[in-house]
Amino acid sequence: MTAAAGDSVMNGSTGNGSAANDRADRRPLLTVEHLTMRFGGLVAIDDVSFRAEDRKITAIIGPNGAGKTTVFNCLTGFYKPTVGRLTLQREGRMPAYLERMEGFRIASEARVARTFQNIRLFPKMTLLENLVVAQHNKLMRASGYTVRGLFGFGYGREEQKAVEQARYWLEQIGLVDRADDDADSLPYGDQRRLEIARAMCTEPVLLCLDEPAAGLNPRESADLNALLTFIRNEHRIGILLIEHDMSVVMQISDHIVVLDYGRKISDGDPEFVRQDPAVIRAYLGEEEEEDLPDIVRQDLSADGAGGGGDRP
Amino acid sequence: MAVNIPPADRKGVLIELGGTALVVFALTVSLVGFHIKDISGGITLDLRFVDVASAVAIAIVVRGWLILMRHGHYRIVTVSAAAVAVLLIVSLLFGGAGVQTWLPFKAKLLQWLLAILSAGFAVGSAVRMAREGRPAGSAQDGAVPDEQAALMDRVSAQVQRNALWIGAILFLAAAVFPFMPGVNLQYLDIAVLVLTYIMLGWGLNIVVGLAGLLDLGYVAFYAVGAYSFALFASPDSPLLQDLGWTEGVSFWLCLPFAGLMAALAGVALGFPVLRLRGDYLAIVTLGFGEMIRVTLLNFYSLTKGPDGISNIPPPSLLGYSTQSKMDEETLENTTEFHTAMGWEFDQADTTILLYFVILAMALATNFFTVRVRKLPVGRAWEALREDEIACRSLGINPTNTKLTAFGFGAMFGGFAGSFFATRQTFVSPESFTFIESAVILAIVVLGGFGSQIGVVVAAFLLIGLPEIFRELQEYRMLFFGGSMVLIMLWRPAGLLAHREPTIRMHGRRARASTGSGG
Repeated sequence: MTAAAGDSVMNGSTGNGSAANDRADRRPLLTVEHLTMRFGGLVAIDDVSFRAEDRKITAIIGPNGAGKTTVFNCLTGFYKPTVGRLTLQREGRMPAYLERMEGFRIASEARVARTFQNIRLFPKMTLLENLVVAQHNKLMRASGYTVRGLFGFGYGREEQKAVEQARYWLEQIGLVDRADDDADSLPYGDQRRLEIARAMCTEPVLLCLDEPAAGLNPRESADLNALLTFIRNEHRIGILLIEHDMSVVMQISDHIVVLDYGRKISDGDPEFVRQDPAVIRAYLGEEEEEDLPDIVRQDLSADGAGGGGDRP
Repeated sequence: MAVNIPPADRKGVLIELGGTALVVFALTVSLVGFHIKDISGGITLDLRFVDVASAVAIAIVVRGWLILMRHGHYRIVTVSAAAVAVLLIVSLLFGGAGVQTWLPFKAKLLQWLLAILSAGFAVGSAVRMAREGRPAGSAQDGAVPDEQAALMDRVSAQVQRNALWIGAILFLAAAVFPFMPGVNLQYLDIAVLVLTYIMLGWGLNIVVGLAGLLDLGYVAFYAVGAYSFALFASPDSPLLQDLGWTEGVSFWLCLPFAGLMAALAGVALGFPVLRLRGDYLAIVTLGFGEMIRVTLLNFYSLTKGPDGISNIPPPSLLGYSTQSKMDEETLENTTEFHTAMGWEFDQADTTILLYFVILAMALATNFFTVRVRKLPVGRAWEALREDEIACRSLGINPTNTKLTAFGFGAMFGGFAGSFFATRQTFVSPESFTFIESAVILAIVVLGGFGSQIGVVVAAFLLIGLPEIFRELQEYRMLFFGGSMVLIMLWRPAGLLAHREPTIRMHGRRARASTGSGG
């Protein structure tokens, strides 16, 4: 069992087999190489490498404190990684190196959009305004950086287009009727979906979702699955997903990366990950206590209970 | 008509009345009780304990009415308040000097306010009695304050929705105001002052109301504008003397320059405070305001320090000076507007010109703000106020967005500063103290963040009323503070706090029918 786990770790850090095969015909959308993030002495992410494909849903899972959100924050420019390269392939352009870009440029130029674990809508603005603000850069150019827009030359048409785009996404999440209500008046599940719609309004090539199913009831979870599958199939973009809800992860992911204590412990399709002993051990704990020396076992039973909770 | 307050509550009622009396006593004993009076050859302390006693008595009576109303004894309150009101009004209108010495306080205005307060209590409790008389005998309140808040919310929503109509009416009223019968120079001056503060409020509203950046040093931009203007407009300015110019530059050239300088100052302040939010930002902006003032005070070679820069001419009109030759000897080779038109010089005409200049400038500020709210940059400001991190994740450049907000807000402050300089004909650092920033911010907060009409109402309350209440003398600030506290208790988000969406998908009518549940 130990051998198998070791194998999978090796496998993971050098790149998954199936991904390597794909490489010949298509470059992966996002390549993360040797990503390390240290906060002082604390290593939150330790040499993690993985890929996220275009038109695929890639899920990052792992126990609490495994470093999933830190990976997201590095990807979307909220943290500068200590070590590592984050390459985003762009059609017809040079690839973007996300680790070098300023936070807001990752969204505006590299077109990586994200949502947040604790929803971050603009609560006192209407649904429509939330979606129109997401199209800020496009509209800013249309309004001649405010100068032209102040006198209303040619800006109205662009704004109309932005509203149509917003209407399209409101239709997808079924909230057209409430377009003119404040965002904070929505129920929780609708707020989650609105945040995804808002991220989609930036016309991203990669959509990063931080626990989109957190706090949703089973019906809302099913709606979310449908929405994400729709985005992948119809809009042909890559989705990167952090999730604890296994019903979401196993049903819709094409590819799963498992982190634990900041390290990658498994990487593959859902079936492979589900049976990976390293993953089972990370989620359910050690089984093979008989292999351990007596003194280690005593230590484990002494402080084993607190071990899970102390993770950073 | 017996007062039956449950025995368990009686002790509470006594404590409440005693507490009120104590608080009012503590407040008034120093503010009202001791009065320093100038007499020839020194000052003397005037003790006015009768006024303190009256204030305490009034507080106890009013609190008593409130307690009675809380327990549902509306009839007693109605009758007694009406009696007090009638007594006060009758003695104010028909009572001779003998009667009026018995009334509390000496200021007529305060006595009238007391009469209005009692009348208000009488009417309020009568209405309450009529309303509760129908469904149930002694329904406890609790829903009532909510009801009032909801009423005011509806009022502010209506005001915001009909802003166009209200704005047009206000504009017409403002346009004809100088020509109304009975409007004298004093009223015009107050109107000009109020309009200046309306403009400042609208300018600060961009920074505080829209972008959500709490700025306690707004007066700095006002000062930068006033001084940039004065340095070029006044023939006495050290800068012009250094340059060897004998005449000041025209108002209409200095105005955009002053706005530009203030905008630059705004951006200069913006850079170091980009990462700060909330309280921290407020402290730095406060410091910035003081820095500008202290610099103006000490940079003697440029600003003449505490002496200030005088002799700033009023705005010219169509190329003609609007000054009278009597004021200025240097103007001999210029033609005045009144001469060109064949009019007699009249100080009121100059004030009317100033009135229309500030009206036009304030309207321009308003036009800008209303328009920019519907543009991407305005929405980005509001989004930044709501959630900066989300803005970054959507590709909005927070640096530029904040700097434009600071820049535009400062620019309008600078315009207002130029106007201030030309109106006063004199600037000195004394005019730009922290209290000015506080007043401007109070206008924005009181009006309701981001509400344009709210700023107008608040400017009238905060600037216009104290001017009208000059009769109250030193009670004026007490009254001012008290009304601020009351308004903040009653409408913590500001008088007309209601945000109207910048864009709608379904239009207003649809909202009224379908959106009522949300």
